[in-house]
Amino acid sequence: MSTTTSAATDFPRTGRAAPARRTRGHHRGAIAIFVVPFGILFSLFYLLPIGYAVYRSFQTVEREGTFGPATEVFGGLVQYEQVFASDAFWASIGRVLLFGAVQVPVMLGLALVFALLLDSPLIRGKKFYRLAFFAPYAVPGVIAAIMWGFLYSPSLSPFSVLTANVDLLGSGLVLWSIANVVTWVYAGYNMLIIYSALQSIPGEIYEAARIDGASQLRIAWSVKIPLVVPALVLTGVFSIIGTLQLLTEPQVFRTFTTSISSTFTPNLVVYTTSTVPNFNLAAAFSVVLALLTFVLSFVFLRLTQRKAFQ
Amino acid sequence: MSFLTRTAGYGPPAARQVRERPMSRLVAFVIIAAFSLYFLVPIWWLFVASTKSRGQFASSDGLWFADWHLWDNLTFLFTYDGGVYLRWLGNAVVYAGVGAVLGTLLASMCGYALAKYAFRGRDAVFNVILGGVLVPVTALALPLFLIFSAVDQTNTYWSVFLPSLVSPFGVYLARIYAAASVPAELLEAARLDGSGEVRTFFTLSVRLMAPALVTIFLFQFVTIWNNFFLPLVMLSNDKLYPVTLGLYAWNSQTNAVPELRTAVIVGAFVAIVPLILAFLGLQRFWRGGLAAGGVKA
Repeated sequence: MSTTTSAATDFPRTGRAAPARRTRGHHRGAIAIFVVPFGILFSLFYLLPIGYAVYRSFQTVEREGTFGPATEVFGGLVQYEQVFASDAFWASIGRVLLFGAVQVPVMLGLALVFALLLDSPLIRGKKFYRLAFFAPYAVPGVIAAIMWGFLYSPSLSPFSVLTANVDLLGSGLVLWSIANVVTWVYAGYNMLIIYSALQSIPGEIYEAARIDGASQLRIAWSVKIPLVVPALVLTGVFSIIGTLQLLTEPQVFRTFTTSISSTFTPNLVVYTTSTVPNFNLAAAFSVVLALLTFVLSFVFLRLTQRKAFQ
Repeated sequence: MSFLTRTAGYGPPAARQVRERPMSRLVAFVIIAAFSLYFLVPIWWLFVASTKSRGQFASSDGLWFADWHLWDNLTFLFTYDGGVYLRWLGNAVVYAGVGAVLGTLLASMCGYALAKYAFRGRDAVFNVILGGVLVPVTALALPLFLIFSAVDQTNTYWSVFLPSLVSPFGVYLARIYAAASVPAELLEAARLDGSGEVRTFFTLSVRLMAPALVTIFLFQFVTIWNNFFLPLVMLSNDKLYPVTLGLYAWNSQTNAVPELRTAVIVGAFVAIVPLILAFLGLQRFWRGGLAAGGVKA
């Protein structure tokens, strides 16, 4: 992503460099008016909370005697020792990693197939399909989960032939029932990102392949897919982040089934710990989860960039 | 231009479509039609379910209409608990609508400055904001709660509204668009005409960036509308809930208060209709914005 830093600016590189050079050091007042309002809010509601969470994660509560007043003192890595000793937390991490290893490739694979089909000459009525596939993205996560909760329920579902015989909300399948909700909401959105990338490929690129008599499948595999790798990487990173942060769907499903524990996903662990309330430990969970998210998206970017651009 | 180069023997791509094998067309159609059902049937079910009485909801075919009870259900929805649902809708419009308008303005000013002016620390500022794109809103909910409780401001409108104004992704998009769509020569011309920088932004640059602004607005609107964790941890007074949290609260009570199930279903339907219409209507802008985000990233 760092490549955008220089690519996104447009200071003239031609002989017309003079005006740009003149702006250097000028317009300080205007720059301040443009940047400072966002800068203040970004500092207050992004940087400060992150810093404060890190600070709280190093605090611990100490009491004088059994009934003495509680005071917050610096506790070093006490909270982090608890984080690393928490089986529930690491089980939840394992659960979302398993979820992501299956759901993300399935969803992005579907999104890619949809985008390629809509980009091929094989389909008529593209506009309708594009809208139909994208519509679920307008459904907020809470509402999508409530809706599917009814659709999964043995007694209320219109597909009761299926749901009466297969317990989609039981502990064995509920993770994959959630995966279906997430796929339903986001597949069309990811399709649209990939489709937009396909549309920006100039048509002449396919001409040679067509003249050689390549089939649509062959063109898709050898020409189109390699060209939309950046879009796939982008959707991949956002999907990985979303998976690790899974909260809404399982939290809503807790009202439909008892098979989702209060520590089902890492964010549920954070939420449950904060309602105890044990904010210092919850902050430590948050920090570890944020670091894991960051490391995973970074590793993913590294791996895919190497594969894509060598 | 390209039609000039096409001759009868060569044939434009359109003429070649006919020659695709019928089998490929059939397979493509079956895949796309099946998934259209997958995406649309749940929404259809929700619509059908909101037209049914409580008794027929469980007893009739879920995918087709029974007796028409939509108006009764809507009356029930909007009058239950002193009309709190309308209040939740209003709250959601304030959080997401007003929040996204202000957030778009802030993000576009910042992204514009990062694209159009050279100043010390510019790259550092941009890289910090870009790092913010990778921080999911859910990761911030608990720390924000701790900050707001430190100043005793949890359970207020501000505690949900203010954090929602910040959109690092909006700054990132605004910077790309400003770089691509606001020519430096035009700004220089405005300067020679004696227009101040801030005035130039609001009268000239904003117009050139208009498609980008719509995209940023929609992105942020969806983000705020979908943000569940922040209101969940911040708010305990149900008068301040956005509609999603309100529906969640009602849904949690359906075991104790079964008639609430009707309100949840009709309420869910009423909450998504304006969104779906807005999305479909503004799709042009979306797609342009997505293309820029996907290609440049």
